[in-house]
Amino acid sequence: MINHEKVESNVGILGVLIAVVISFAAIIEIIPLFSQASVVEPVEGLEPRNALELAGQNIYVAEGCYGCHSQQIRPFVDETLRYGHYSLAGESVYDRPFQWGSKRTGPDLARVGGRYSDEWHEIHLIDPRALVPESNMPGYPWLAETPVDVEQTLKSMKVLRKLGHPYSDEDIAGVADALADKTELDALVAYLQNLGTAVSRRYQ
Amino acid sequence: MSNFWHWTVIIVVAAHIVAYVWLLMATAKKKMDKRADNTTGHVWDDDITELDNPMPRWWLWLFVGTIIFSIVYLILYPGMGNFEGTKEWTQEGRFEANYQKVVDAREETYAAFINKPVDEMIQDDTAMLLGQRIYANNCAQCHASDAQGGYGYPNLTDDNWKWGGEFDTIIQTISNGRTGIMTPWAGPLGEEGVKQVAAYVRSLSGIDHDDALAEAGAAKYQMFCVACHGPEGKGNQMLGAPNLTDDIWLYGSHEIIETALYEGLQGYMPPQNEVLDEHQIKLVGAYVYSLSRK
Repeated sequence: MINHEKVESNVGILGVLIAVVISFAAIIEIIPLFSQASVVEPVEGLEPRNALELAGQNIYVAEGCYGCHSQQIRPFVDETLRYGHYSLAGESVYDRPFQWGSKRTGPDLARVGGRYSDEWHEIHLIDPRALVPESNMPGYPWLAETPVDVEQTLKSMKVLRKLGHPYSDEDIAGVADALADKTELDALVAYLQNLGTAVSRRYQ
Repeated sequence: MSNFWHWTVIIVVAAHIVAYVWLLMATAKKKMDKRADNTTGHVWDDDITELDNPMPRWWLWLFVGTIIFSIVYLILYPGMGNFEGTKEWTQEGRFEANYQKVVDAREETYAAFINKPVDEMIQDDTAMLLGQRIYANNCAQCHASDAQGGYGYPNLTDDNWKWGGEFDTIIQTISNGRTGIMTPWAGPLGEEGVKQVAAYVRSLSGIDHDDALAEAGAAKYQMFCVACHGPEGKGNQMLGAPNLTDDIWLYGSHEIIETALYEGLQGYMPPQNEVLDEHQIKLVGAYVYSLSRK
């Protein structure tokens, strides 16, 4: 048995031993999930985001929406009653980076798709208080005036394909057409309207 | 979990438990020589030393307790690879049970009023409180928390209804949503025609307008607009076509009338039956119904 004093007085050995102990937890709690179907395979009906939705996702990330909005309905009854069916791991397989978040200054958005009209989202993103006077969400009026970045969306689709998202050659060839004359607002609304729609919204 | 990971997890977890027991026993057996001054002999900053007292017994027992706990836990609950535990506990199962509890409790509360006629239901304070909460969560985002609506979103507290204010119609609207479409008329009317019809529409409710234009617009109104808004401009609740003769304007009464004639207008209320169940729709419907009858 190693003498305690030897371990405690030698930072190098102590560090290595701590790393070994902690890595056991990772080996048995995290790594097995990498090959578990319920985690890595998409839920039935989930499609990779189309060009416009993908552009919207990139805007969502760039504007830091996750700072105030989570996208994860936890399996608690009260959350399910408010937001709909709890989130499933297989719903997030096409989210890179995932936007689960942990801060809810605003409501959870995991199943916001279809809850409001497109027009509602447009007005609300430009001036939230026009619709919800008590809202403290900032407005994003420039989205309506900024055209979608076609080049960036194309790049991001190519990278995602390398990571295994099933985009076809036609999908990639069609990016420029799909984004023609679209503003960032259109893209973000398309993204939001798609969120959580693969699974039925109401539990049961 | 694949067989490989199933066994890896079991072996690592079991090896850890064995290792902790061994650690406890090995360290308990080993006798250390006590120094005369009862310190460990470590000295920091010239004069700080460390007493060599034994660990409190209760603390040691706590360690033993955690080991026993882990073994009991791993028998009852999932943890050893694919082994489901003797209680067959799952997160989904627990959620389901909790959800059922809430649903049962809810239905028990609802039973007192849910099958009453609506005029009695709106007299029930509990029913209205529940309806108000459902409204706040699902409807207030568009129709506002005071239900007075906003630009493009109808006021629910007055007795003016686009699609009808009878209880059954309200339930229909909430369940299935509504899509109101005004088609663009720029083609058949032309620029001048749009101005004329807009003036005529303003004249119907007595807003400031150009008489000459309005007169010219009257005939065009009867040709193009009459199908939905009716010969007298009173609207049609079957189509969600608003009454043009009152002073209630969903989008205002200024240039928007011309814009609507040019480009058309679309109003969309999403169906709520994907979010709310039948009884919840009934409750929130009764709440909305009650608002216009206060």
